[in-house]
Amino acid sequence: MAKIYSENSFEKTKNLKPKKETIEFLLNYSKAYKVVEGKHEKYDMLLN
Amino acid sequence: MQRELITDAILVSNYIQGQESALETLVIRHKQRIYSFIYSKVYDKDIAEDIFQDTFIKVIRTLKRGAYNEEGKFLPWVMRIAHNLVIDFFRKSNRMPKFDNAGEFSIFSVLSDNTLNAEKSMIKDQVEHDVRRLVDELPEDQKEVLMMRIYQDMSFKEISERTGVSINTALGRMRYALINLRKIIEKHNIVLTN
Repeated sequence: MAKIYSENSFEKTKNLKPKKETIEFLLNYSKAYKVVEGKHEKYDMLLN
Repeated sequence: MQRELITDAILVSNYIQGQESALETLVIRHKQRIYSFIYSKVYDKDIAEDIFQDTFIKVIRTLKRGAYNEEGKFLPWVMRIAHNLVIDFFRKSNRMPKFDNAGEFSIFSVLSDNTLNAEKSMIKDQVEHDVRRLVDELPEDQKEVLMMRIYQDMSFKEISERTGVSINTALGRMRYALINLRKIIEKHNIVLTN
């Protein structure tokens, strides 16, 4: 019991990183994502 | 030669002006901190990955739509988005356990405690604060009725007498107050939950 509740969970998690694929997806998403301004509204577009 | 660190504010500004590489710098600079924060709440790498991705999708969309207005506070803003998405995740899955994957069974992971712990209490305070700020955005007549009904617990008859309008008008103002609150919440993707 003592072992479970005395573990410092932040220490265990602070050096984690997302996958390279996730970063690549986000950068590609950003390049493909465009906002087009209409007369009254803004429209989202994903250009692949 | 000393390398100059480009501030987040400048990178955000460059990105908004179309420099895609600025986003890469921002993501690389803050990925560890944001991902670790998310993981420390959900304790699941796949879920943390999804929430991290959703966080930056929101960041990208907000910046490109020109809706970002927190100059110089990029990281706290992103952390707030991540925090809201974590809360949203728990709200959807209707659970708040904490597993450490140590392979040992903990009775506390299946027992629920209905009293507010420090974290829940902080979230509750934050939600109430956010709601009050949203209420302040309402037109004065709607705000007045909502404050009397919700915060002062007055009946619609009492509200009608106090404000000098009919009960139906008071009911209508309350209805529109709630509709407008929902609109503001949806428009800004605000997550209000405890």
